[in-house]
Amino acid sequence: MTADTPLRRFVADFLASPLAVIAGLGLLAIALTALFAGIIAPQNPYDLAQIDILDGSLTPGTEGFGGFTYWLGSDEQGRDMLSAMIYGLRISLMVSFIAVTSAVAVGMVLGLMAAARGGWVETLIMRIVDIQLSFPALLVALLLLASLGKGVDKVIIALILVQWAYFARTVRAAALVEIRKDYVTAARAAALPQWRILFGHVLPNVMPPVLVIATVQIANAIAIEASLSFLGVGVPITEPSLGLLIANGFDYLLSGRYWISFYPGVALLVTLVCINVVGDHVRDILNPRMQR
Amino acid sequence: MLAYLIRRLGQAFLVMAVMATIVFFGLFAVGNPVDLLINPEADLAEQEETIRRLGLDKPVHVQFGYFLAGLAQGDLGTSFVHNRPALELILSRLPATLELAFLGILIAVVLGIPLGMIAGLKPEAPYSKVIMAGSVVGFSTPNFWQGLMLIMLFAVFLGWLPAGGRGDTVDVLGIPVSFLTWDGLSHLILPALNVAIYKMSLVIRLTRAGTAEVALQDYVKYARARGLSPVRVVGVHILKNILIPVVTVLGLETGNVIAFAVVTETVFSWPGIGKLLIDSIGLLDRPVVVAYLMLTVFLFVMINLVVDIGYSLLDPRVRVKGGRS
Repeated sequence: MTADTPLRRFVADFLASPLAVIAGLGLLAIALTALFAGIIAPQNPYDLAQIDILDGSLTPGTEGFGGFTYWLGSDEQGRDMLSAMIYGLRISLMVSFIAVTSAVAVGMVLGLMAAARGGWVETLIMRIVDIQLSFPALLVALLLLASLGKGVDKVIIALILVQWAYFARTVRAAALVEIRKDYVTAARAAALPQWRILFGHVLPNVMPPVLVIATVQIANAIAIEASLSFLGVGVPITEPSLGLLIANGFDYLLSGRYWISFYPGVALLVTLVCINVVGDHVRDILNPRMQR
Repeated sequence: MLAYLIRRLGQAFLVMAVMATIVFFGLFAVGNPVDLLINPEADLAEQEETIRRLGLDKPVHVQFGYFLAGLAQGDLGTSFVHNRPALELILSRLPATLELAFLGILIAVVLGIPLGMIAGLKPEAPYSKVIMAGSVVGFSTPNFWQGLMLIMLFAVFLGWLPAGGRGDTVDVLGIPVSFLTWDGLSHLILPALNVAIYKMSLVIRLTRAGTAEVALQDYVKYARARGLSPVRVVGVHILKNILIPVVTVLGLETGNVIAFAVVTETVFSWPGIGKLLIDSIGLLDRPVVVAYLMLTVFLFVMINLVVDIGYSLLDPRVRVKGGRS
């Protein structure tokens, strides 16, 4: 028998639920597909030499003029939908991943600062957090983007601005508990500098709740980005995410060409369900009230 | 209590001021509405006349000064596109949004609470698992795509319901409503469902968790032991005790419904304030966007205030400081 470390226990608990394992594997497959989009996608949908306008609007499963089979159909310009989706998935995941990691970093620094400093710093930061969390993220992001303009970088900025508050609140709450513990007093007695105590000792101990929220927020970020792109204030047409692909298909939906919107939406839905199932399960495991 | 109210309102004012300033200057930086508004055929004199009429010939800080001066007199500016006061324009679109939001929440509650109770009472039954799986999917489905799929299914393939627009309306007390005519109702059903499905998933989750917890309480066991009919136990003893969290969350979610109405209204071309906002952002119609922003901030602060005060009235433990004790 090997030693029973918290990580081992966590992995064992996670593997105990078949649903979570399936969702986790699905998520891994999705992430790998997005990462290796250039190798996996049958066509590069943005290389004009590879697409043929004569193959436009083909129904799923049709073979095009070049002998290429469009398993999920093609759009108006003759792009293979499957390939467009794989590239779109990459943009969706990249935008949300960068946004959430940056939001975690910003939220963590400000949350730790609030917990450690107290006083007016804490009041100010937490007041901003409270105010921000009382408005729906989609609406704030929408208005921010209306004033920032279009672009992948701007979508990321807007997402960071609407998401940092969740992390700041969580980190502060967890850090307030940790700071009172003996190991922090010991580190203080060893005359370690404040920043080392906070980032080296307190930070690792506030990570579990942050990770849970980060999973949920990645799903949220993907959904918000897709909605913003659908509304026409998100990513530009040259870098279409899944949301923009769906928006493009909207125009053809009424004439029965459903596949242009349908399949990117299914991909989006499967991704979100996998993340939510994994997130739910991780939260249950880490929740001390449900400790077996 | 009074000090608390003043502080909250002061905060709201600050948020409004900050957001309005950011959006005002942001929209100025994004682009010039004149390029989108003026007929390209118009000659130079006409173009300059329009620019002057809209006040866009002045530097931005002067425009901002005019905006503040108007604001002090309760004037939120005049829409560049519609040539009507922005506030009046938004208020004229508000009933459509409220009707949509109200019906959506109604559907969510009427269907969500019974489904959640069923799932909570028999958590291991296959139909409960189906309900919960459905709620996870409903929760995860992006709102706009769900709307498209509703259109695809009911409007394109089945042809039962119209794909967008509002249809016939009837004036009730001077306010146009859709639900009184068959045509209006048929236009209302799909967007309302689109609003409802997400909320319903939320209500199902809350109700199920509440029911599972309450069903184990002693007073429920006692009610059963007294030989009360299962209908009465579930419908009175359990239902009453799970309603508090559900009502709270729905109260807080009302604001979200208005935010997400932006998406639903865009998908279904529903002529509410959300569609107006998106169109105005597209056309850089700054007065309307800023007015929308200020109204929504005000609305949200009011909703939160009502929820907070409602809490303190319902539950003495969270009574705000300085309140009557």
